[in-house]
Amino acid sequence: MSMPFYVSPEQIIKDKADYARKGIARGRSVVVLQYEGGILFVAENPSRALHKISEIYDRIGFAAVGKYNEFENLRVAGVRLADMRGYAYDRRDVTGRSLANAYAQTLGSIFTETAKPYEVELVVAEVGGRAAEDQIYRLTFDGSVADEHGYLAMGGQAEAIAEALGTRWQPGLGLEEAVRAAVDALAVVAPTAPGPDQLEAAVLERDRPRRTFRRLTADRMAQLLGVPLPEGPAPGVAESPDAPASPGVSAEGA
Amino acid sequence: MIPKTQGASGRGLPINFMAHGSSFVDFLAGTGQPAPGDPSMNRGSKTSRDFAADVMAAVPHATTIVALTYSDGVIMAGDRRATMGNIIAQRDIEKVFPADEHSIIGIAGAAGVAIEMVRLFQVELEHYEKIEGVPLTLDGKANRLATLLRGNLGMALQGLAVVPLYVGYDLHAQRGRIFSYDVTGGRYEERDHHAVGSGSVFARGSLKKLYRTGLSSDDAVMAAVEALYDAADDDSATGGPDLTRRIFPNISVVDAEGVRMLGDDAVGPVVQRVVDARLSQPDGPRAPLPGGSA
Repeated sequence: MSMPFYVSPEQIIKDKADYARKGIARGRSVVVLQYEGGILFVAENPSRALHKISEIYDRIGFAAVGKYNEFENLRVAGVRLADMRGYAYDRRDVTGRSLANAYAQTLGSIFTETAKPYEVELVVAEVGGRAAEDQIYRLTFDGSVADEHGYLAMGGQAEAIAEALGTRWQPGLGLEEAVRAAVDALAVVAPTAPGPDQLEAAVLERDRPRRTFRRLTADRMAQLLGVPLPEGPAPGVAESPDAPASPGVSAEGA
Repeated sequence: MIPKTQGASGRGLPINFMAHGSSFVDFLAGTGQPAPGDPSMNRGSKTSRDFAADVMAAVPHATTIVALTYSDGVIMAGDRRATMGNIIAQRDIEKVFPADEHSIIGIAGAAGVAIEMVRLFQVELEHYEKIEGVPLTLDGKANRLATLLRGNLGMALQGLAVVPLYVGYDLHAQRGRIFSYDVTGGRYEERDHHAVGSGSVFARGSLKKLYRTGLSSDDAVMAAVEALYDAADDDSATGGPDLTRRIFPNISVVDAEGVRMLGDDAVGPVVQRVVDARLSQPDGPRAPLPGGSA
């Protein structure tokens, strides 16, 4: 009978974190930024059906990068938590903060208690009555929460994108400027700038009553970007949103 | 209310939140929270007529709802009265609600149960849409409402019946559609127009004479107000337009663009016209008799 190797807790945590970080860095990126009329989400995502950006509740949006099945699980649980609270109490009692807390607890437990951590990074954004009341929470695979202001990028080469976005972002950008800044920032790490049909975008519109989440269609994106309208669906099979940016690398691998 | 969570920390998302499914009602049933439409709510045993009569006098009941299609969609209107037996429980109750962006629900029957059912139905539709990424079809929504009603059957037999009227714009068929229900969850599609509630008999008779295909939205609103006036004229539980308190029927319209609730500024002038016309002709507009001299 052989003795198992001793692995220090530090090493286990480090290995898990490296594993999750690598998984997240392989995918494509999402940027989230405040603009004059609310909060804008833009993701590089060729799939029309498998979303990285979605609605959670009246004023709360969700964006994620990493493994699709993992963040989809979390998204569905978030929608349920929000609908459950809104039904049990009142619609105004559903807050981004409590949702971010629930996600943080869940991700933290999964990270420490299971062998395989979730390879995901999430944003929970809540649009307020004024820009100063907007809340953007970034949650990482180990359950850490960061309260972000202004703009952020996650997934893929997030640092380079965030840096590029930082040079363009300022408070009170119009929607058109914000979309262009976001797409230009995503293009910094891509061989060619993503076209409107390669992008998934949505906004939380501050002044809308009740449900503020609206998707920006490819046509609307083309109009905002000032490029020709995309013609029909792109050829070939739609890719999964967690497919790696570079061909030949399996998202399931590693 | 919230059962065991993922992991030991005990504050994250409960495990059943990660389960498969896109129905909020089914999910809610799994959490043990009582809701209308949940058969576990029906724990009473008495179903005698006397008991049902007691219930009628003890809880507010909502009365008349009318709906009719017009050229671009469908409109629904409801009076504003709730009664408890012979008492007027509320003069300005609302019984017509947007169910989602393309459908409207109106309720007659036990107001408390009905309004809670509407709230659950609204969450159910929105929940499905958020989880699946696409809304249910209009038939799917109508069937879902039938399921909620069926779950309420036990309470209905004890006198707490809910009778909704459901209308929507069918984006596939590109027209407005009307669905009526019975307390057992039976779902029936109606042509052109329908009414539910205590004054519905009179409202239906009125609508039958006023309705014609391809009405404009203004004419449809007028017909709905006339029908409610006729219902209030003959049914004591239906409230007529209250010009002194400026309480007007709730009127909601749905077309391809979505649902619009009409405000008092839109409904007020129509009500004023109807009431003014009734001062000289108390029974309302007269339909011509074929071949008659009038």
